[in-house]
Amino acid sequence: MKENILIIGGGIAGLEAAAQLLKLGYNPIIVEKSDHLGGHVAEWNRLFPDMTPAEDVVSRLIAGAGEANIFLNTGISFVNRLKDSYNIMLSNGISVITRILLFATGFTLFDAAKKEEYGYGVYNQVMTNMDLERWFNTGNDERIPEEGPKTMGFVHCVGSRDEKARNPQCSKVCCITAVKQAIEMKQKFPDAMIYCFYMDLRMFGKKYEDFYISAQRDYGIRFIRGRVSEVSENIEGRLVVKAEDTLSGKPVKVTMDLLVLMAGIVCNPDTCRTAGLVSLPVDSDGFLKSRDNIADITESPKEGIFYAGTCTGPKTVPETLAEARSAALAIHNYIQGLK
Amino acid sequence: MMDFGFKISPSSAINLDNADLSLYDELCKAEPDICKCMACGSCSAACPANRFSGMSVRKLIIDLQRGKKKEAVKMLSDCMLCGKCTMVCPRGINTRHLILSICKLYKED
Ligand SMILES: Cc1cc2nc3c(=O)[nH]c(=O)nc-3n(C[C@H](O)[C@H](O)[C@H](O)COP(=O)(O)OP(=O)(O)OC[C@H]3O[C@@H](n4cnc5c(N)ncnc54)[C@H](O)[C@@H]3O)c2cc1C
Ligand code: SF4
Ligand code: SF4
Ligand code: SF4
Repeated sequence: MKENILIIGGGIAGLEAAAQLLKLGYNPIIVEKSDHLGGHVAEWNRLFPDMTPAEDVVSRLIAGAGEANIFLNTGISFVNRLKDSYNIMLSNGISVITRILLFATGFTLFDAAKKEEYGYGVYNQVMTNMDLERWFNTGNDERIPEEGPKTMGFVHCVGSRDEKARNPQCSKVCCITAVKQAIEMKQKFPDAMIYCFYMDLRMFGKKYEDFYISAQRDYGIRFIRGRVSEVSENIEGRLVVKAEDTLSGKPVKVTMDLLVLMAGIVCNPDTCRTAGLVSLPVDSDGFLKSRDNIADITESPKEGIFYAGTCTGPKTVPETLAEARSAALAIHNYIQGLK
Repeated sequence: MMDFGFKISPSSAINLDNADLSLYDELCKAEPDICKCMACGSCSAACPANRFSGMSVRKLIIDLQRGKKKEAVKMLSDCMLCGKCTMVCPRGINTRHLILSICKLYKED
């Protein structure tokens, strides 16, 4: 009989790991708490750096994991440690015995309403990076005027690099996402004036700097180095955004019709709850703690428990996929070692 | 000296080889958080005195780090100690307390 491997989370990390484990001859079982596979990427529209449709990436991954057992709308109820395996009770009443658990539980987006000074949920023209991706997909959002915004802005580092929000980490993908989304908005609304308010631009990945240069040169997007301090509404119902332009050392004020908050990547509280069932440690950044952050990122400190993807920290899609493959191989090697 | 009709103005470059950072070093002991500033400008943007007097904790810190003591001390008199800067600082620096410590240290000097 093929060996069961329980994968928690059916995002891109869980799907890719399942596909690899199938090829290696195992029986992966994916437990996904939501009603769809693909996790966050299933909500995105086009992916940096090549503007690949997210839908294509997700459907390819779902096809690859087609032979796996998949339970949607299902979570982990409790876990019993047996002598050399785990007995796992799923919320749908099914129990699974496995020697291997793979956490692919991903992240959650920082709740932008917690930064009250930015007015998310208070003013009608404030949305998040996730709302904007959804609008690219559905074309449906009252916050975006049909004729397009005259002036709009992107606020970097919302709930990231912020001790007041209890998240001092950089979320890594939001700088490039802001620049990508700014370009996409300019393509849709060529007359719009678009600002990005940043503290540092972290363009670390393949072709990211090209995006930045193109945003400046081809799209005329204006970059202001200063963290937005507050957002208010004027009597005409337009947004007034304030910051310091730290490069000129002067306060700046811009009136806008739309503001997009680049909400950060934080650890999924559900992950921590599930991790608590098997007493997994949490690292100082709030994400699951690997055995070693250099050499063993996909291995937990516990026997038979592995990680893949953003449950251990912010990652891009290619990084997540590479990690899922590496986790599958680590699992294979571990099982070989048991024999 | 020969008169060329113009004179060389003093260099505005900051020479870090000669910058006197002794007071800044002392301040670091009293306020270790000062090193955490990432120059985001939230404090200046929130400061009610900024628009009128140019008061800015961000500039204050960078002036001290560059040994520009005079500029820094001059700015201090514009602060009303209202604490708004402390409320917004994303690095969690107690800027209001910092301003008070600077006043104490630099007055002694
Ligand atoms: C706004 C934004 C735009 C982005 N755009 C890009 C881009 O263009 N290109 C790019 O390379 N990267 C992009 N990224 C990064 C990308 O979204 C991530 O790399 C990717 O989502 C990580 O996949 P994952 O499987 O680790 O996590 P997730 O996508 O979070 O998937 C985790 C899955 O696990 C499930 N789950 C969680 N906990 C449990 C539990 N306890 N039980 C059962 N199921 C559970 C969740 O429901 C979810 O389906 C973007 C990120 C953001 C925030
Ligand atoms: S990637 Fe950019 S926007 Fe995101 S937290 Fe880091 S610096 Fe801020
Ligand atoms: S305490 Fe001083 S520096 Fe800070 S916001 Fe108030 S006036 Fe400005
Ligand atoms: S708000 Fe804090 S981190 Fe930002 S410039 Fe002011 S003191 Fe520095």
